[in-house]
Amino acid sequence: MNRLSLTQAFIFLLRRDLTLVLRNRGEFANPLLFFILVITLFPLAIGAIPELLARIAPGIIWVAALLAAMLSLDSIFRSDFEDGSLEQLLLSAHPMAVLVLAKVCAHWLVTGLPLLIMAPILAEMLGMAEEAQGILFITILLGTPVLSLIGSIGVALTIGLRKGGIILSLLVLPLYVPVLIFAASAIDGASAGFEVTKQINMLLAFLFLALSLSPWATASALRMSMS
Amino acid sequence: MSDTALLKIHDLSCIRDDRVLFEHLSLSVDGGQMLLVEGRNGSGKTSLLRILTGLKLADAGDIFWQGQSITQLGADYYEAVCYVGHHDGVKRELTCLENLRLVQAMGKPAAIELDDALEQVNLYRYGDTPVGNLSAGQKRRLALARLLVTESKLWILDEPFTSLDKKSMANFQALFEQHMAMQGLVVMTSHHDIVIPGPNLKRLDLSA
Repeated sequence: MNRLSLTQAFIFLLRRDLTLVLRNRGEFANPLLFFILVITLFPLAIGAIPELLARIAPGIIWVAALLAAMLSLDSIFRSDFEDGSLEQLLLSAHPMAVLVLAKVCAHWLVTGLPLLIMAPILAEMLGMAEEAQGILFITILLGTPVLSLIGSIGVALTIGLRKGGIILSLLVLPLYVPVLIFAASAIDGASAGFEVTKQINMLLAFLFLALSLSPWATASALRMSMS
Repeated sequence: MSDTALLKIHDLSCIRDDRVLFEHLSLSVDGGQMLLVEGRNGSGKTSLLRILTGLKLADAGDIFWQGQSITQLGADYYEAVCYVGHHDGVKRELTCLENLRLVQAMGKPAAIELDDALEQVNLYRYGDTPVGNLSAGQKRRLALARLLVTESKLWILDEPFTSLDKKSMANFQALFEQHMAMQGLVVMTSHHDIVIPGPNLKRLDLSA
């Protein structure tokens, strides 16, 4: 009998999650809209002082990206948990960690990628130095997948709780801080004309660490939450 | 208790909120048999079924599949199990066929064509209909169609007949008998009357 391989299952699940988002567009627009709104409100609130805006731009963009990512975390597993699909995934003959990775990839494509595309435009709007904009792009590219990966562990741990939202933020936010620090420091350094390879390397290390460990942690946490 | 039984439950206990749902439960189910778990609400039927799927851990005791503990078997056991629980486990945004395709993608061997499976549960014309547009009974039938599209030997069903009409119930009972005739196992709870003849039906009453 024909049986789908693990790679096929990965691609299939990824495509399924993307199809679900396409048929349910509100979920997808929400974090992106939040990201754009927060950043556009800053100049209105603190005044249009070009030097000041250019100075705080990296911080604003990254804090907004971080909060937008957190806002969207719950959607990784929520609907699957509620309609029983998660049980079925856990009963799959494939390793759960790989399926989790497929779901997190889909989540990043839907929430992280739009931020990546919007960030340069918003950076330009805030008047960020040109040499820093390339670095901003790289930090978002490396940083947002880490946010999705770490966040998935938190969601898996709190999915069974009725009001898991607050606990989720408390669990996940401290783990997000290193990403925020190194990303913002890289952009700051670049706009001041310094070499920022070290910060970028740290972000790369975070990404590989999260990629290799978090799917397993998430899979175990899901099993725990479901029992 | 025979040693060759496919599914063996040994000394199983389940405690919930300081209340013993069942303890020292031992029994075996062999190919071609059905285990009907009965009992009043809250007597631990669903808990027992979830323990049997491996989703939930028992507080004591073991479950053996083909002589091996299911905690050690892991994914090999899941390959043999198909579970339909309280929730249908189907996505309302996807069509019937898309939902069934996902089931097959999850690493269980494909048994029959998806269209044939839909025909057997009388959903043939609904292949491209989003599940959100189906009635509760039709959704239940789609969830049960999962049983047909994989070659799982052990069917674990929690109240499979909820929201089904009489004709569909008879249809599924016939499918269960067909599965048992091919040496398959069915473990289920149901408040409806089950007419499976003879010695192949085992009953377990948890409220006793």
